[in-house]
Amino acid sequence: MELTTWFTDLLDGNLIFTPQTLGYYWDGLVTTSQLVFLSLLAGLVLAVPLAIGRSSRHRWISLPIYVYTYVFRGTPLLIQLYIIYYGVVFVDGIQESIFWPLLREAFYPALIAFTLNTAAYTTEIFRGAIKATSRGEIEAARAYGMSQSLMMRRIILPSAFRRALPAYGNEVIFMLHASAIASVVTLMDLTGAARFVYARFYAPFEAFLFVAAIYLCLTFAILYFFRFLEKRLLAHLKPA
Amino acid sequence: MKKLLTVSILGAALVAGSAQARDYDHVRFGVDVPYEPMEYRTPDGELTGFDIDLGNALCEEIGITCEWIVQEWDGIIPGLMSRNYDAIMSSMTINDERRQTVLFSDPYFTPPSAWFAPADSELDDATEESLDGKTIGVQRGTLQDNFATDMFGDVASVSRYSTADDMVLDMQAGRLDIVFLDYPVGKSTLLDSESRDYKVVGEMITEPKEYFGDGFGIAFRQRDEALAERFNEALATLQDDGTYDEIYQRYFADDE
Repeated sequence: MELTTWFTDLLDGNLIFTPQTLGYYWDGLVTTSQLVFLSLLAGLVLAVPLAIGRSSRHRWISLPIYVYTYVFRGTPLLIQLYIIYYGVVFVDGIQESIFWPLLREAFYPALIAFTLNTAAYTTEIFRGAIKATSRGEIEAARAYGMSQSLMMRRIILPSAFRRALPAYGNEVIFMLHASAIASVVTLMDLTGAARFVYARFYAPFEAFLFVAAIYLCLTFAILYFFRFLEKRLLAHLKPA
Repeated sequence: MKKLLTVSILGAALVAGSAQARDYDHVRFGVDVPYEPMEYRTPDGELTGFDIDLGNALCEEIGITCEWIVQEWDGIIPGLMSRNYDAIMSSMTINDERRQTVLFSDPYFTPPSAWFAPADSELDDATEESLDGKTIGVQRGTLQDNFATDMFGDVASVSRYSTADDMVLDMQAGRLDIVFLDYPVGKSTLLDSESRDYKVVGEMITEPKEYFGDGFGIAFRQRDEALAERFNEALATLQDDGTYDEIYQRYFADDE
């Protein structure tokens, strides 16, 4: 009870954080969460086969994937977003195609850009982990007569995922922060809400400090989730 | 000794004379060019524009002569204070901050905002019913953003852009149903563009004042109240006898 009166008192004397602007921040939080979660999920699904292909001995498989990761890691995400959002419009006939209802919204071009970007980074993270599989494990699997695919499924990938976990946790946090650029293509994500409040009330400190605090909370949640995962999955690597 | 006395009396008289408001029969206007179509130069260097024509018409109405002195915007109020000219008529928006320093005439112009849509759009007015479920484009933080958000934010989705160019691009792409812009900006970027046909939807909008401001005023030095009063009277006369509308049409008429 005391908390609610304290909260309403706080809002009463405040011109900026009205229920309306808090609503904008809430919608922004929902948009940011959806965007980051979906792009990470899709990126992860894409990255697993790509990472396997990338570690292939056949150059005609690994080279195209290398070109893809090189391009998407070698250019700024903002540029990729601009190209996918504004550039796609100039493809002939796109407005009549079945994809247009999706591409018309700002959400899907942003989702595509973020997915392709995080998939490229995740591919490289996994490839590094796959490459670091110790020779002994592979030789043992061969000695048991495992086929290439069975060995990949039972031996290499499970241990590679464990090794990749800390680096992947970083990628998740980077993705959360990179999503702040979604507001340049009119999406009202968290940063979009903050920019709106800033432009409306000319109050940079209130608008941006508040949103920074929300990002901090999200980052904490991600950090603790990965710490929990690492404790579970990497227990065998802990010093006794 | 006598000479010195004469000089000082003469000086004192001069100072006293200049400190008093005087009757102007010649007014010098400070103006910052170019700001099309309010004030700019024709290809042969002649000053022209809505402000210039209206200013000249006002002087004629009062029965005085006037001249125009070009001054950069950031020094335009200091120039008035240091008597480089007697008034500023240069698309200056009336606001409280400037009122501290200068004396404003009645507003003589409020830059209109307008709705623009593709020519083949079925929209022909901008109301809560017609905009229901549509996507509106505005520039972030402009008075048009505030107006559209407060009036239509509940029924339509408002897309905010950093620059007018990005917004025009998305309008061409078909991501926006309608945009809300300063009329002169919309005219030059949309109506005059070659790539696609656009139309103005509904009326030009200058009301309500809490969104669209007090408009442009002529600025005088605080003590020249009499002069400002003469300009206000002349402005009222010109607005009544149709001269104002004639000048307005000259610069803001639709080309259709």
